[in-house]
Amino acid sequence: MTMIFGVPAAAFFGQLLLGLINGAFYALLSLGLAIIFGLLKIINFAHGAQYMLGAFAAYLLLNLLGINYWAALFLAPIIVGTIGALIERYLLRRITHIDHIYGLLLTFGLALIIQGLFTNLFGVSGNRYPVPSELSGGVNLGFMFLPYYRGWIVAIALVVCIAVWFLIEKTKLGGYLRAGTENPAIMQAFGINVPLLVTLTYGFGVALAAFAGVLAAPIYSVAPGMGANLLIVVFAVVVIGGMGSIMGAIITGLAMGIVEGLTKVYYPEASNTVIFLVMIFVLLLRPAGLFGKEA
Amino acid sequence: MKLIKKVLTAAVATAMTAGAAQAAITDNEVRIGYLADMSGTYRDLAGPNGLEALRMAVEDFGGTVKGKKIVVMNADDRNSPDVASSTVRQWLDSDKVDMVAGLVASSVTIAATKVLNGSDAIGLVNGSAASSITNEHCSPNHIHWAYDTYPLANSTASAIVAEGGKNWFIVTADYAFGHSLESDVRTVVEREGGKIVGTVRHPLATSDFSSYILQAQASGAQVVGFANAGGDTVNSVITAGEFGLAQSGQTVAALLFFLTDVHALGVKTAQGIQLVTGWYWDKDKEARAWSDDFYKRTNARPSMVHAGIYSSTMHYLKAVETTGSDNAKIVRAEMAKNKVNDMFTKGGYIREDGRMVHDMYLAQVKTPAESKNPWDLYKIIRTIPADSAFRPLSESNCSLVKK
Amino acid sequence: MASTEIKKARVSSAQKTQQAIKRRRVMIYVVLLAIALVAPFLAYPVFLMKILCFALFACAFNLVLGYTGLLSFGHAAFLATGGYFTGYLLSQHAVTPEVGILVGTLAAIILGTFFGLLSIRRQGIYFAMITLALAQLVFFFYLQADFTGGEDGMQGVPRGHLFGFIDLENNLSMYYFVLAVFLIGFMLIQRTIHSPFGQVLKAIRENEPRATSLGYNVDAYKLVAFVISAGLAGLAGSTKTVVFQLASLNDAHWHMSGEVILMTLVGGVGTLVGPIVGATFVLTLTHQLAQSALGDWVNVILGLVFVACVMAFRAGIVGEIQKFAKKNFK
Repeated sequence: MTMIFGVPAAAFFGQLLLGLINGAFYALLSLGLAIIFGLLKIINFAHGAQYMLGAFAAYLLLNLLGINYWAALFLAPIIVGTIGALIERYLLRRITHIDHIYGLLLTFGLALIIQGLFTNLFGVSGNRYPVPSELSGGVNLGFMFLPYYRGWIVAIALVVCIAVWFLIEKTKLGGYLRAGTENPAIMQAFGINVPLLVTLTYGFGVALAAFAGVLAAPIYSVAPGMGANLLIVVFAVVVIGGMGSIMGAIITGLAMGIVEGLTKVYYPEASNTVIFLVMIFVLLLRPAGLFGKEA
Repeated sequence: MKLIKKVLTAAVATAMTAGAAQAAITDNEVRIGYLADMSGTYRDLAGPNGLEALRMAVEDFGGTVKGKKIVVMNADDRNSPDVASSTVRQWLDSDKVDMVAGLVASSVTIAATKVLNGSDAIGLVNGSAASSITNEHCSPNHIHWAYDTYPLANSTASAIVAEGGKNWFIVTADYAFGHSLESDVRTVVEREGGKIVGTVRHPLATSDFSSYILQAQASGAQVVGFANAGGDTVNSVITAGEFGLAQSGQTVAALLFFLTDVHALGVKTAQGIQLVTGWYWDKDKEARAWSDDFYKRTNARPSMVHAGIYSSTMHYLKAVETTGSDNAKIVRAEMAKNKVNDMFTKGGYIREDGRMVHDMYLAQVKTPAESKNPWDLYKIIRTIPADSAFRPLSESNCSLVKK
Repeated sequence: MASTEIKKARVSSAQKTQQAIKRRRVMIYVVLLAIALVAPFLAYPVFLMKILCFALFACAFNLVLGYTGLLSFGHAAFLATGGYFTGYLLSQHAVTPEVGILVGTLAAIILGTFFGLLSIRRQGIYFAMITLALAQLVFFFYLQADFTGGEDGMQGVPRGHLFGFIDLENNLSMYYFVLAVFLIGFMLIQRTIHSPFGQVLKAIRENEPRATSLGYNVDAYKLVAFVISAGLAGLAGSTKTVVFQLASLNDAHWHMSGEVILMTLVGGVGTLVGPIVGATFVLTLTHQLAQSALGDWVNVILGLVFVACVMAFRAGIVGEIQKFAKKNFK
């Protein structure tokens, strides 16, 4: 058997692929954070809770209304994104004129409320969401058994990430968004409804988190605490990438997933700390992050 | 300096008067404090339903002991040993609590028992798993009731090895709790002629287990053991199902797995998993009858923790009634004198280290075809007799055990 | 001639008001101190000690947030480090409590220097995320390290004899010791803020580019403030370990970093007394909630307090009182 650094090649490629799948989640979540940061200049601490809301929305849609996975993939982000837009409209907007740290604190408080509510309503053990029947089972790739659903996650996450990148970097709407990031006052002068743009942007970032939540529902336990720990890792990913570019967030997310995946093979004890260690090194060498632009 | 001395003497004086053991029910009430996680990670383990089980015991006892009222107070420990320590201290000093029930996270339980040690109150531990509670952390002021990690690791391992599962791969949570489970399993498996073909350690609260499951699958082991707890076990089991461990002929054994976890997962995902439990609601007629009452009040079936809370409280109240005292020393001796014969167990007894020794059960999660309702989850494969279930006193490090 | 008279009068009246303010401040401190001295005879001493420890922790945190404008989301790491080092020394090496506490504080200072060097150049939100990530690293270290006891925590730490002869097992002597530690910490913060060093910090907070252009090494000033804050947070953690006779992972968890932010925010960011009031408020609230029927709503309620503070009472309890006083008793 071929060996790669003392590990059978089969295992190596298997772990690489799994790392990529995890990276897809990191990419989706850090992408949402980066979009929100771009226009609102706040770090959305409720992102983990909104990811959880996405998973629960799918769970409730299925169990209360019988709406299946495929519909939930669209509906859940819309529902949670709308909640996000309302949060922006009625809470975040009132504090845009003050230090952005307050935005972080506000979303932290919201995260506590949302998570606490769901703990009381649904308990902490979590709930099970079935893998859609079209994607159950898997295929033997020779080097590993790949459940179809995991393959689907990578594919759809990449498609969504690239679509978002295209939307923001290559379309007129994205142009407004970028201009709004640079200079909201001029945008306003040109007759563009900047406040509406901000609301929609926050809603969109939240919807991306909810989308990741729906993707996660069939493979993880749908539990109130599912987003909390994940979020801190995603923060580290964001620091590593720097929040300057959309593509940067996507690439860093995928790369960190792979780095973490390989650590799980070579030194599993460090698999949850490796991303933080990478963060320290990046900070020492490139304080603005790999793709960061700020001084 | 003088001032400090004065303060000291005053304090010593108050301590002296409070110290003498009295064979009477103090303050004309039996006061029970229920301390458990009501809002965090371990909420489902004991939580609000555990409080309900405690209240059931008090009501079934008649609400009074020898004409003295039984009073129940409760507090959320927020899984913080600081909170546990200060709450129990305050219960002892200001509220004159006689018994503390619940006690879930091991850090919380140990902190609470350190405060209880030497007081007039007793702690009845039901939620915690750590076997150290009646080993190096034992005290004359607490009893560990429902289960602990020793039978979970030992009995699960020996039962599965006996049924032919010789080669093991262990997925371990990378902190003291997981390490001790892993080493317990290793000892048993190797003693019974089996082999550990591999282990992998994962951090606490890992979100994705696929990598570890893949390693377990590639190892070719017959048995994959999960030496972790709570959400980590639940996610391990989900991923094991997703990657088809059972289909590829591997047995999955969860070393710390609760009814609430299995209920959350559902039999479709959890089917076939072997585990050890201290009690099961459907194990016999008496258990069923009690759990019907419980179900009426909580809309859930009780876990072994809930049943243990009820059983231990009843046993405690009986001892208070017989002795006419709520003093820990007196009640503790009386509780140890009598066997525990109730819906929880038959012939259970309390050892000098504070361990309540009773039969444990090796169970297997039913298949969807076997399971008739959402709580119809286990079939009991075999009974692990009380005497071989728990850590033998000969291996004990407890200071109360005479050698 | 008349104008100089008026000027003189003005100056003297200004001096008088300043003196009056100073006198009033001293009065407030004297009253607070008197309350603190008799408190253990009126309320439960262990709970009071807990409040004092967390008040010191919050004051230390406030030094960074309130006086340099940096939001640290990693202060739990310093609290835990102080606690674990002190606990380890007391239980394994039988040192006297003051030595244990000093070493614990020193450990927090070293860790704080490391955190500071890595994060101080970044501002605002980046600073928050970096400190959070670093603290998470520390959390996992303590979770896996053998000497901390992992999930079980470090338990049964002996309180020992202060300076070798004052028995701290007695709650009253313990209380006055904690009060003394708190006062030392508080005085240090007070001196820091009112020193020329503190003035520079304020200048940085108000307008960083201007401070830089005036020739101040802004990062160095921030770093020193951050390290002092880390050390005092460690001191709070060390003292808390002696009080509760245990150290646990809870202190290292990011929830703890969130809780200290809440305390400071509720009490009043950038006010001296605010964090003390905030710590008292939050601890009393959670303590009351834990024993009430609303026990399982504690996280939701804390979240609501957070949101309410950010949306409506950004000045916090003390800040709002100051505003009110300024408006009405000029």
